[in-house]
Amino acid sequence: MEEYIVNILKGSVLTMEVALGSLAVAVVLGLLGATAKLAQSKPLNWLAGIYSTVIRGIPDLVLMLLIFYGGQILLNKGLELVGYEEYIEINPFLAGVLTIGFIYGAYMTETFRGAIMAIPKGQMEAGYAFGMSKSRVFFHITVPQMIRLALPSFTNNWLVLIKATALVSILGLPDMTMLAKQAASAARDVTPLAPMLFFLFTGAIYLAITTVSLIVLKQLDKRYSMGVRRGEF
Amino acid sequence: MQFEVIFEPATLKLFGQGILVSLKLLFISVTIGAVLSIPMAIMRVSRNKWLSTPVWLYTYVMRGTPMLIQVYLIYYGVAQLEFVQSNWDTVPLLIPFKDALFCCVLAFTLNTCAYTTEMLAGAIRDTNHGEIEAARAMGMSRRQLMWRIVLPSALRRTLPAYSNEVIMMLHGTSLASTVPALMDITGAARSVYSDFYLPFEAFITAGAIYLVLTFTLVWCFKLAERRWLAYLQPRKA
Repeated sequence: MEEYIVNILKGSVLTMEVALGSLAVAVVLGLLGATAKLAQSKPLNWLAGIYSTVIRGIPDLVLMLLIFYGGQILLNKGLELVGYEEYIEINPFLAGVLTIGFIYGAYMTETFRGAIMAIPKGQMEAGYAFGMSKSRVFFHITVPQMIRLALPSFTNNWLVLIKATALVSILGLPDMTMLAKQAASAARDVTPLAPMLFFLFTGAIYLAITTVSLIVLKQLDKRYSMGVRRGEF
Repeated sequence: MQFEVIFEPATLKLFGQGILVSLKLLFISVTIGAVLSIPMAIMRVSRNKWLSTPVWLYTYVMRGTPMLIQVYLIYYGVAQLEFVQSNWDTVPLLIPFKDALFCCVLAFTLNTCAYTTEMLAGAIRDTNHGEIEAARAMGMSRRQLMWRIVLPSALRRTLPAYSNEVIMMLHGTSLASTVPALMDITGAARSVYSDFYLPFEAFITAGAIYLVLTFTLVWCFKLAERRWLAYLQPRKA
């Protein structure tokens, strides 16, 4: 029994890796999506609009299966066209990270768009008036003020994202959930309650991760809200 | 692309039945979850610690763990237990566990109920204090105040957030395909994928079905908001 527990604990490292990796992808895509949605270019608005609407309208699991199994075929067909004959298997870790990142990028797009829109325009205009370049205004004026406004919704997205990583177990990645499931069927002979125990244990680890995340993000929120007066009643 | 496979009668039937299973799962769990969330939300905002703490703990645990784990826990952790299986013909409480659909509905209901409870509790807390004072001034009892003033307005104000929850649950029902005995929309797509090895066709079809269902739900909630939240709509110029 102990070795299964240790194994699941080891799997939590992979869960965290997938979660943090996808978060990085999602934040980059979210920033790109938000700027595209707010850009003064119709095609860009459209593209970002379709991205955030379609992705948020389809279950994560279906998208994951589509990108994982479909991407595999697409990649190999593409390589065949270029003249590369050998069959390439996509690394499931990379596929999981890219897929979850791609999905939550759509949610982050909405989060960041809302936050950018809430910053007074004068802030950016003042930057331009000082002769700052577009990217400089974005990273030095917009982003620092955006963090405070985006944090509540970012926290939500992060909590949903961690829980969504459980789905990579269906793609065959040995994360906590998959190890728990394997342990559950392997240890059933030892004690009939094994499946229940292992799933409860795994659930407890997820709960611990979300609890720690909440505490950390609350501290961040305090840090970034310094000097901001909240509506007082 | 070989979309003609999707339009073969057998495949269409598979997806058709999948849509029915998904909608059935969604409808049952969302309805029961919503009904249960009303008393739970009232307990959650209660000043009595013995009432509010258990509800807080329940929503905290359900919202902090993946729904996939919850489904596994009920299906593999309870329903697949040997002594449950050998007793479910005789013990009335265990009979429903024979049905994989029930296991999923149970997990989904517990999950959506937790989220709905928190939303509704938030809306109850946000009730305008003037309304409560006015009700007290009219001499209403606590019960009357809750049923006549707070709940009708809190339920309406929860509507926009609740529409998100229902859509999340629609997407959540795709987890039913992880339970072997169930064939929802995603399950149908997975079986088409493994029968014909056509991932694009199978999963794009499933995705399109979910998109249509999502937009239909969004539209229904828009109508509901126009009906019940008209007084909060921005004034038209």
